[in-house]
Amino acid sequence: MQTEESTRGRAGYRFLDHTADVYVEARGASLEEAFEYAALATMEVMTDTGKVAPAIERSIEIEAEDRGSLLYKWLEELIAEFDISGVVYSRFHVTGIEEAEGTLRLKAVAAGEELDPERHDQRTGVKAVTYHMMEVEEQGDGYTLRFVLDV
Amino acid sequence: MESVPLERIGEDTWEIPVSFRDGMRVPGRVYADEELMEGMKGDRTLLQCSNVAHLPGIYKFAVTLPDGHEGYGFPIGGVAATDYEEGVISPGGVGYDINCGVRLLTTNMDAGDLEPRVRAVAETLFKRVPSGLGSQRKQFRLDEAELRALVEEGVPWLIERGMGRPEDAGSCEEQGSMAGADPEKLSKRALQRGLAQVGTLGSGNHFLEVQRVDEIYEPEVAKAFGIHGLDQVTVMIHTGSRGFGHQVCSDYLKTMDRAMEKYRVQLPDRELACAPAQSPEAADYRGAMACAVNFAFCNRQSVTHWVRESFQEVFRQPSEDLGLDIVYDVAHNIAKLETHTVEGVNRRVWVHRKGATRAFPPGSAEIPERYRGTGQPVFIPGTMGTSSFVLAGAPRSMELTFGSTPHGAGRVLSRSAAKRSFRGEEVQRSLRERGIHVLTDSMVGLAEEASGAYKNVERVVDVSHRLGIGIKVARLRPMAVVKG
Repeated sequence: MQTEESTRGRAGYRFLDHTADVYVEARGASLEEAFEYAALATMEVMTDTGKVAPAIERSIEIEAEDRGSLLYKWLEELIAEFDISGVVYSRFHVTGIEEAEGTLRLKAVAAGEELDPERHDQRTGVKAVTYHMMEVEEQGDGYTLRFVLDV
Repeated sequence: MESVPLERIGEDTWEIPVSFRDGMRVPGRVYADEELMEGMKGDRTLLQCSNVAHLPGIYKFAVTLPDGHEGYGFPIGGVAATDYEEGVISPGGVGYDINCGVRLLTTNMDAGDLEPRVRAVAETLFKRVPSGLGSQRKQFRLDEAELRALVEEGVPWLIERGMGRPEDAGSCEEQGSMAGADPEKLSKRALQRGLAQVGTLGSGNHFLEVQRVDEIYEPEVAKAFGIHGLDQVTVMIHTGSRGFGHQVCSDYLKTMDRAMEKYRVQLPDRELACAPAQSPEAADYRGAMACAVNFAFCNRQSVTHWVRESFQEVFRQPSEDLGLDIVYDVAHNIAKLETHTVEGVNRRVWVHRKGATRAFPPGSAEIPERYRGTGQPVFIPGTMGTSSFVLAGAPRSMELTFGSTPHGAGRVLSRSAAKRSFRGEEVQRSLRERGIHVLTDSMVGLAEEASGAYKNVERVVDVSHRLGIGIKVARLRPMAVVKG
């Protein structure tokens, strides 16, 4: 099923088959790590993140009422950021996902640089993240996220 | 894949019975020949069609067209009509790329005139019309106040600024300006994403193509559309509302997600999120959606402007002398208030078209006067390197599909599978050998969009023709392609 993957131990991401769009599976030992790989996979759809230097750093905070919505908003933030500023990110550090009074709060730092067609691969633009087939699974040894990107 | 019961009720007509699942309010109706149906059985298309049949206030049936394939929530190639009062509005039934659509221009040149300069034309287009990942315009940037005016007023706003001919707006669906657009209903982020993207193609399956007329099936209708003979040069523009529309959809999916709880609507898929048509949430979405519709019309209008400039530059003649007139501009991701006859009663309905093109027949008041004798022009883009089709809306569409036809070929291979099967460089070379120039910034994108990744567009068009929902008028063959 998978085509390209990046794994570190049991953590990483891979692309699964979906007719029209891009179907991603991201795994991590913690929910934070799974979110980091979800973001990295999303950026990989657009370009080879290996060539993107961590020149610009940005702090990101997201709030949502459940894990699915948190994942949606996290990726939406990064997709929108690219349209607005032209920045693609290649490093993600989710410092924490905490719950308080029924609200989940994600804090992260992302680093990357402005896409330069001279130096960076141009793959496919991501229009949006979708809730279609979205799953957030908790296993004994970590977390698996699955979601579809509309491209 | 879950097996969905199907009853074949005509050569190209299949029904998913309402008894299949408890919450279905109407049957599913699928139009396909046997081969296309086999493709649909391979993914979730039919299941999604049955999900759509759950929508409150839906009339007659949930339609899946011959190009139907799995989407999210709605299948792509789907139509659903819901009651004006009692129905729902679903952003997922429109899609992320609001008013993604196709515009066709005719020229008074023929392929022989163009051939010696085709490479120069392609390169000039590629230079002037930003395409690909993150395409932005450096020399045409709007400020926020201008963007608000543009999305409220649509194509006439651009014409006033010298980016079009006076007759251009009248050659678009909705006259290039959908009523009810309300910039107050937009998020800050939607506006930000739209600022630098007016007049850009974007990536994925979007393209700008120079074509020649390859075959004419209905000479009289073709003439009414401005297509006078074989080898006439045409230009096709396929793009949508870019990040602006994507953000509007994302914003309102979240709104609808909350509205579902508030109004106690239950549906089998979160992506079908909707709100009662007369609720404030639905009204807000319509105000924002109309902005995105106008954004997309303006996007195709500004691309048209740069196409005219490009031809002018290469041929050193005023673009008016070369033609470059708009035949029509059709939307294939949109929701509209229309009147349709259901069981003998005229009803106002919200027609959701997700990957479906309006195909109103002769005599329709909604289409430009010059097409009232022929039915509206419909454009079905082929895949890269294959032919595109011009159809005319036909009477049976009102009975079978709420006035709709397919919108394209429909994918059969996933992007990953396409990348395993094709290489961008080879795709480009083999097209070149067939006389088609392809310019792109993304070789990966080229592989993903290889024609082998799609259903056969001729087959899709033939089903449409046999059903009498859209009749074949002409076939257009690419000469040069700028791919997003």
